[in-house]
Amino acid sequence: MGFKEHCFKKSLWLFHFAGASCNNCDIEILDCLTPRYDVERFGMLLVGSIRHADVLLVNGSINQRDKSRLLELYEQAPKPILVVAIGACGCTGGIFAEGNTFAGPVDKIIPVDAYIPGCPPKPEAILAGVVKLLNK
Amino acid sequence: MAEQLFYFLIFPGLLFAAVVGAFLSYYDRKITAWVQFRKGPPLFQPFYDFFKLLLVKETILPKYGSKGVFLAAPIFAVFGATAAGVFILLPLLGIETGFNGDIIVIFYLLTIPSLTYIIGSLASGNPLAAVGGSREMKLILAYELTFLLVLAGIIQKAGMTISLNEIISFQTINGAFAGSISGIILFIVFIFCIQAKLALVPFDMPEAETEINHGIMIEYSGTPYALVKLAKYIMLFILPAFLISLLWGGLNFEGIHILWSVLKILFVVLLLTLIRNTNPRVKIKQALRFFILWMNLLAILAIVLSYFGY
Ligand code: SF4
Repeated sequence: MGFKEHCFKKSLWLFHFAGASCNNCDIEILDCLTPRYDVERFGMLLVGSIRHADVLLVNGSINQRDKSRLLELYEQAPKPILVVAIGACGCTGGIFAEGNTFAGPVDKIIPVDAYIPGCPPKPEAILAGVVKLLNK
Repeated sequence: MAEQLFYFLIFPGLLFAAVVGAFLSYYDRKITAWVQFRKGPPLFQPFYDFFKLLLVKETILPKYGSKGVFLAAPIFAVFGATAAGVFILLPLLGIETGFNGDIIVIFYLLTIPSLTYIIGSLASGNPLAAVGGSREMKLILAYELTFLLVLAGIIQKAGMTISLNEIISFQTINGAFAGSISGIILFIVFIFCIQAKLALVPFDMPEAETEINHGIMIEYSGTPYALVKLAKYIMLFILPAFLISLLWGGLNFEGIHILWSVLKILFVVLLLTLIRNTNPRVKIKQALRFFILWMNLLAILAIVLSYFGY
């Protein structure tokens, strides 16, 4: 593993995009930053600006209105960027998959690097997904 | 010439100050983690962050901004921080004596990073960056006078000398200024000025991560942001070093004194970190009031006290 890649994997900054979620996944993502799970151990930080992000966390169902925003965010992000779809909604659409404003799961809109299923996934599951992403 | 370049680029300039500053930044994050009962980042985290931004990430230029100025601002920030660092560290580490009046020069050079952040943020054409820039401007207006008053107090205590080297040697003979009442007051005021200069939490409204999404830094990505980080690392080292050389008798690198010198720097950074972890962000109005009224009054009180020999 080269030096560049090592630095990149050791310092992933997260940007959180919530689509039309039920707000449960958002809370579980924030749980990962709390003292009990503490993702800063792996050098991860939650950043507020997409320009600083290395990982785009997407959760919630993506409806018509979110779609353009998600695309715009993805284009604004400095490459390389990893995309993680969190929760049943992000991976497949979950209970919203049949809804008439639903605009497809995340991987129909932008390329996704990791899927973390669950409704909502436990913080442990999110961490496990992140570790898998790091070993990829 | 070669010697000057060595001073500026390697020791005690860019390279040395940046490496020490990066470790101090790690220390700051680790203490923060401990305060919040977390484990915190690994030892080389600041280096990973820096090299990731420098080597891996793409640089995005704002569409509706002034691109040249946007890119030049971080370079000038690093330059200003390094130049100030060289002038502070040369007398402090006992390499050269500096020149007469160098604290005035240092005072101006220390303002350059904040100024360039403002210029860069306004050049990015982002409305949130403009909000951050205007806040940073107000903050500078608030703390700069206080900072000047503190320097005035120190100059008065040192018998009207404006050379950093003479202030340090004055303290080695007569004891550190922080040992007197006026010295302690100046120390407290100086700590708050550093806090505002570094934009750490009670005074982090220019960056206000949760409110205006990193404000002045919002458009920076890739290499320019790495340079901003570099300037921040350097500032995190040289401002406490400046405080120590002005009020706490400087550093000493003979035998066991090395340990004491390192502890001094760690203690000052610890103070900054604890203040940042135990306070909420204040509004810009409150910050102005805090500096212009209370801190200036305290600094003037210290000057008066030191005039009467306390
Ligand atoms: S996956 Fe489940 S918990 Fe998460 S946003 Fe969708 S419905 Fe809510």
